Amino acid sequence: MNGPHDLGGRMGFGPIAPEADEPLFHAEWEARALGIVLCCGALGYWTIDESRHARESIAPADYLRFPYYRIWLTALIELLQRYGELTARELVDGHALTPGKRPEKCLRAQGVAGVLSKGSPTRRTIEDAPRLGIGARVRVRNLQPTGHIRVPGYLRDHVGVIESQCGAHVFPDSNAVHQGEQPQHLYTVAFDGAQVWGQGEGVSIRADLWESYLEAV
Amino acid sequence: MPHDHDHDHHDNDLDEMTALTRALETVLVEKGLVDPAAVDAIIETYSNDVGPRNGASVVARAWTDPVFADFLATDATAAIASMGFTGRQGEHMRALFNGAGVHNLVVCTLCSCYPWTVLGLPPVWYKSPPYRSRSVRDPRSVLAEFGTILPEDTEIRVWDSTAELRYLVIPERPAGTEGWDAERLAALVSRDAMIGTALADAP
Repeated sequence: MNGPHDLGGRMGFGPIAPEADEPLFHAEWEARALGIVLCCGALGYWTIDESRHARESIAPADYLRFPYYRIWLTALIELLQRYGELTARELVDGHALTPGKRPEKCLRAQGVAGVLSKGSPTRRTIEDAPRLGIGARVRVRNLQPTGHIRVPGYLRDHVGVIESQCGAHVFPDSNAVHQGEQPQHLYTVAFDGAQVWGQGEGVSIRADLWESYLEAV
Repeated sequence: MPHDHDHDHHDNDLDEMTALTRALETVLVEKGLVDPAAVDAIIETYSNDVGPRNGASVVARAWTDPVFADFLATDATAAIASMGFTGRQGEHMRALFNGAGVHNLVVCTLCSCYPWTVLGLPPVWYKSPPYRSRSVRDPRSVLAEFGTILPEDTEIRVWDSTAELRYLVIPERPAGTEGWDAERLAALVSRDAMIGTALADAP
């Protein structure tokens, strides 16, 4: 979607202002938010792609002003409501009105190390061979769906070169909406910065793009 | 934009967010969906066990062990796993070696993708609009903000983490460290050097 998250090349955000000796969390609630978000992921209702899309769907003015863990929490609340595990009333009251539907999926403390060290690999084996070879020139298709997609807007319609084949990976656009993993080949594509931005020498950009995002030129 | 860069990135929200987060956790615990001890364990993991010292040990080993450096270049996921670093947000790794005339910089313009297994949780600036917007378009000005000035003829390769590959920059080994062992070298490798906004520290 053409959402507020698609920030590459946007202007006017001011200095980066890295913080010296930045703490891992700036408040206790941020730490709890991280843990709660990861725990709720283990309930198995949504994929990482659906959660990313929930974050992208936050109203632009909010997305741009929220601290990042607030973006996570806001999306989490939306997802929990979507799957019937939370109501607005419960959140206001601060107490559950009905029992959870999937308590058997609750991530226990003793399971944390295993879940974190395992992760969720997205590489898959598919029968089709990659259609695009290393060194091939490709154009990024002008795709602007309302749903989830992992093409940054600034690369649309630009021509790059296939630099590596990354194997087949879960396709986020379908995986975000319960349409299955539909794995397809992923490529690292290199772009010339001056061509993308119309200025600036000595900069190249690489992005990892799925086969259906690309067309040979 | 309203994001205030002069102080903490969220001070106006603190009380509201504390209340909201407590309410949410309470509801989910009552529903049997969240175990507060699991939340504690996750926080502990990223506070104490998983952080940029992991990545620094990978870099220092690559500097001192050519066989490992080759392994890292050809199969970073396996090479990093061989040092015990696996899992969430590091499932598929690629190492980017800085070298003569080439400097690598990692960003995620679309969200906050970051190699947790080797760097831990990302700093606020990595997840915020100024870095995400500008690093692809004008990386030299970004590097300058971090005090990193490269020769004009150095090519800057910006890696936008758009899929599930996670990138670890391997900075160049600083001069004057001949004979140093990996443990001593690792102290020269900052988190920012492995994102690409800095170089390895001078000895």
